[in-house]
Amino acid sequence: MSESTAAPLPPGLAAVAAEFADTPRELRLELLLEYADRLKPLPEPYASREDLMERVEECQSPLFAVAEIQDNVVSIHATAPQESPTTRAFASIMQLGLSGLTPAEVLAVPASAPLQLGLTELVSPLRMRGATGLLARIQRQVRAATIA
Amino acid sequence: MSKVPFDPTPKFQEYATPGALVSTEWLAAHLNTPGLVVVESDEDTLLYETGHIPGSVKVDWHTDLNDPVSRDYVGPEGFAALMSRKGISRDTTVVFYGDKSNWWAAYALWVFRLFGHEDVRLLDGGRQKWEAEGREMTKEVPTRAATTYPVSPRNDRELRAYREQVLEHVNAKGCMVDVRSPQEFSGELTHMPDYPQEGTLRGGHIPGAKSVPWKRAANDDGTFKGVADLRAIYEGEKGLAADDDVIAYCRIGERSSHTWFVLTYLLGFKNVRNYDGSWSEWGNAVRLPIAVGAE
Repeated sequence: MSESTAAPLPPGLAAVAAEFADTPRELRLELLLEYADRLKPLPEPYASREDLMERVEECQSPLFAVAEIQDNVVSIHATAPQESPTTRAFASIMQLGLSGLTPAEVLAVPASAPLQLGLTELVSPLRMRGATGLLARIQRQVRAATIA
Repeated sequence: MSKVPFDPTPKFQEYATPGALVSTEWLAAHLNTPGLVVVESDEDTLLYETGHIPGSVKVDWHTDLNDPVSRDYVGPEGFAALMSRKGISRDTTVVFYGDKSNWWAAYALWVFRLFGHEDVRLLDGGRQKWEAEGREMTKEVPTRAATTYPVSPRNDRELRAYREQVLEHVNAKGCMVDVRSPQEFSGELTHMPDYPQEGTLRGGHIPGAKSVPWKRAANDDGTFKGVADLRAIYEGEKGLAADDDVIAYCRIGERSSHTWFVLTYLLGFKNVRNYDGSWSEWGNAVRLPIAVGAE
């Protein structure tokens, strides 16, 4: 288990946290919904091959994610049902916050990063567990790929 | 009693409390009925914002119904304030609906009953059926005039079981229904190295509980099964009877609210309590008895 405050958030996630902090409480859910709508459609081969991705079991909704590494740059692809907008929003935030980083930078993201986004008041601990599970699985994939 | 008429759908008349359900057709025709408020309650807290039944208000199980600090529900003042904000009066007919086959809708309904709110009904089939039928949805949030809702005591005694009471129930060999999936019931673990750990330290079930996954009470479209099917499951197969003292539980009490609703309103069981601490409390507690395996 990591020290939650030891490492700073990468710039993308720090920007998300700052945006939520600057948004009045009553508008934060709308902002979260905007993130949900920004989740990118899956590219091939994942669009037709869900089995090439990893299911995030900690999430109560079917959430699948994969971390691709090309030329030392990580790309995150993820999908969740339309009827699970909160899950889509977390996936979208991780996609925006982690894509473009190097594997080392992704691995340096603190495990508690989802809890530092200022969303814990809006959503339940169970919902946050899905988000931390998503990050952990992405990091595990990146670790496995960089060791191999 | 309520001035809002009951839904005369024939299927509902077979249930112990026919007025506890409304159909999508009935609701669509009664949306603007004075004295009726539609409440959406979902697992996914953003779903209401993506679109909801016109005129409905949102009640979130976590941010509205739970105490922000202690693991408990809001108190009488908090509930009265919530009702006031949502424009609900003590005599309002409240129709609940939500995602996931109405788990959270049933959960919210159960919490309303803890405070003695009288006229509560569930939309048969929930959000899933309303959407599947292509019925109107809107993103417009209604502005309802604030009401004066009386501060009403929360009567946990009849409808809610605490851990200590469940333990007494175990020792007295009382009836219990575990509504989780068979894998959760048996205590199988699915963790792998390096994966985040589940939130409970032990798997399995409360000794003596019978496994009846909540889903057995529902059809694929999210509606409830007919009374004959329900009786065959809970009474025929599991041997429960309407005057038994029954405790239902799941992981945090939402799926078991669904079963609590079935036993109480559809089958007419008189003494059903929901153990909302459920497995997330029992499976973490020290020295409580646990059984593993399919039986």
